[in-house]
Amino acid sequence: MQRRLVLGAAASLLAAPVLGANPADPFGGDPFKSFQWPELKKEYLGARARTQFDARVKVQGPAFAEDPMNVPITVSTDLPGVQRIVVLVDRNPIRKVLELQPLAAQPAVSFRFKLEQASPVRALVQTADGLWHVGGAWVDSAGGGCTVAGATRADGSWTQTLGQVSGRVFSGGGASSTPGGDSATRLRLRIMHPMDTGLANGIPAFYVSKLSVRDGGDRELLRIQTFEPVSENPVFSFDFAKAPPGPLRIIGTDNNGNRIDSRIDGNTP
Amino acid sequence: MATPRSAFSAPPQGGDPSGPAAPVPQRPLGWSAPARWLVLSALLAPVGLVAQSPQPAAALVNPASLDYGLKARALADGVYVVEGANADFTPANGCNIINTGFITTGAGVLVVNTGTSRLYGEQLRALIERTTREPIVQVVHLNLHPDYFLGNQAFANVPIAATADTRAGMQREAASYETNLYRLCGDWMKGTEARLPTQTIGPGPLRIGQRQFDLREFRGHTGSDLVLIDKTSGVAFVGGLVFADRVPTTPHADPKAWLQSLDSLAALKLGTVVPSHGPVHQGQRGLQQTRDFLQWIDTSFSRWATQGWEMNEVLRANPPEAFTRWAAWPAEYTRNVAHLYPGYERAALQRGRAP
Repeated sequence: MQRRLVLGAAASLLAAPVLGANPADPFGGDPFKSFQWPELKKEYLGARARTQFDARVKVQGPAFAEDPMNVPITVSTDLPGVQRIVVLVDRNPIRKVLELQPLAAQPAVSFRFKLEQASPVRALVQTADGLWHVGGAWVDSAGGGCTVAGATRADGSWTQTLGQVSGRVFSGGGASSTPGGDSATRLRLRIMHPMDTGLANGIPAFYVSKLSVRDGGDRELLRIQTFEPVSENPVFSFDFAKAPPGPLRIIGTDNNGNRIDSRIDGNTP
Repeated sequence: MATPRSAFSAPPQGGDPSGPAAPVPQRPLGWSAPARWLVLSALLAPVGLVAQSPQPAAALVNPASLDYGLKARALADGVYVVEGANADFTPANGCNIINTGFITTGAGVLVVNTGTSRLYGEQLRALIERTTREPIVQVVHLNLHPDYFLGNQAFANVPIAATADTRAGMQREAASYETNLYRLCGDWMKGTEARLPTQTIGPGPLRIGQRQFDLREFRGHTGSDLVLIDKTSGVAFVGGLVFADRVPTTPHADPKAWLQSLDSLAALKLGTVVPSHGPVHQGQRGLQQTRDFLQWIDTSFSRWATQGWEMNEVLRANPPEAFTRWAAWPAEYTRNVAHLYPGYERAALQRGRAP
């Protein structure tokens, strides 16, 4: 009940595109009224960062996390000139999930992450003027996502597949049901990695930390830093306004220095 | 227990043995009790007087006294169904969303599944004991899901059978089932611990007393889905293979295998069908609903995965309108997507090449 009230408040606040902080509001205008938010902002953006809650930053997730080890989140915005997208989860033991520099990609990303308990999931989008635009979604959870070992860690199979990449480039090609629209192109990637949080007993943190996507002409299309909360064997989606020339090269590393380097062919018929 | 119990809120027999001793009546108090107890008192009628009613009556769940209000409805001579709510797990319905059953054989009672909790098991056992004088001689589980076996504590002195695959699955999942149902159902789960089956049973004929049963093993809803058919009455307990007026659950599902199993099941031309979830019905109605849903999932998820859809887009897709009228929509669909879509995604992606 309480959650519904908070969400109702969130909806009505977000109806206004831009919100100024009310000095009398201890939550700094946060539609989720989260006690963690002021500290979170200070820790990840710095004390002097300028922020505003902004309905143009859209975060989509499920109403509840059926699988708290794999909570699907889609972040998107129609703000122009996006420099960075940072995803934070207020009530996770490790709160930073990822940081994307879209470069030549659309300011959007989909991924799955591990949710420890019900929490706001935030996307902080920095535009060229330095301002951070903040959007979010509430996800309810069964609990335990961050402190449980993943499946391949449990069965030991991760060593056989570490760093393997699979992926595909999807083009609209006029199919009206293609989500990104007719001319859009989407890259989906899956990287085999246990993505250990370090919070499960006796298993140190071990996760993919950096990925970069380059086109056939070796131009960097996007850059992403990823952290412990990203799900095991992560799946990402990135959107492009126009199909980049292939083949695409995926380069990255994990926090132990293991290299990821793979090619994905361009458009599929 | 938070609220003091009175004679009227305590289960007439059995019930919670840890509760304070309420003055349990030795015979029905229907003549002096409020109207709803008139209904319950019918359950206390002597053996043989339980009416064969065509329609299920809603269970009188009482969260304050943790009384599931279980009722036995006779589907045929000696064949009973105990119907749960056609809904999702909530404390308000006691998390009793399963249809269990029991069958007299002349040589003892066969129990089909034992419900979601220790309390459910105890109340089911009490219900059986006041419905028939035959002793309980056998429990059978139709698959590994928690509402099929978490009532086993009440049947500790009875042989409990499941297939080898179901036994292995229960062993693997028991701890997380306990945790998860405590979280979803609260007090109803008090004192519940998973008791695993004691016997392995395979498909084939099963004879108890004067009854001949046919056990068929399928797969698709889970790794092993047992169907129990009473040859005398033709009543079929089809477990999780068929859902009626309810969105199917899929935590262990393989939609393609499930669809094949439904084809085989359809060929059996079943009469009275008791699904684990949703109303008892005649013939193919539930089977066809389940097939329609699984076909929609299989076709749509394949197509969306090859078009590059994200899980959040799949969650927000428009389903055929009929599905949205079923029980547990949309929560169960959210689970369907979490369980099944990743498999379709993997199939749509291609292995990268070396640089």
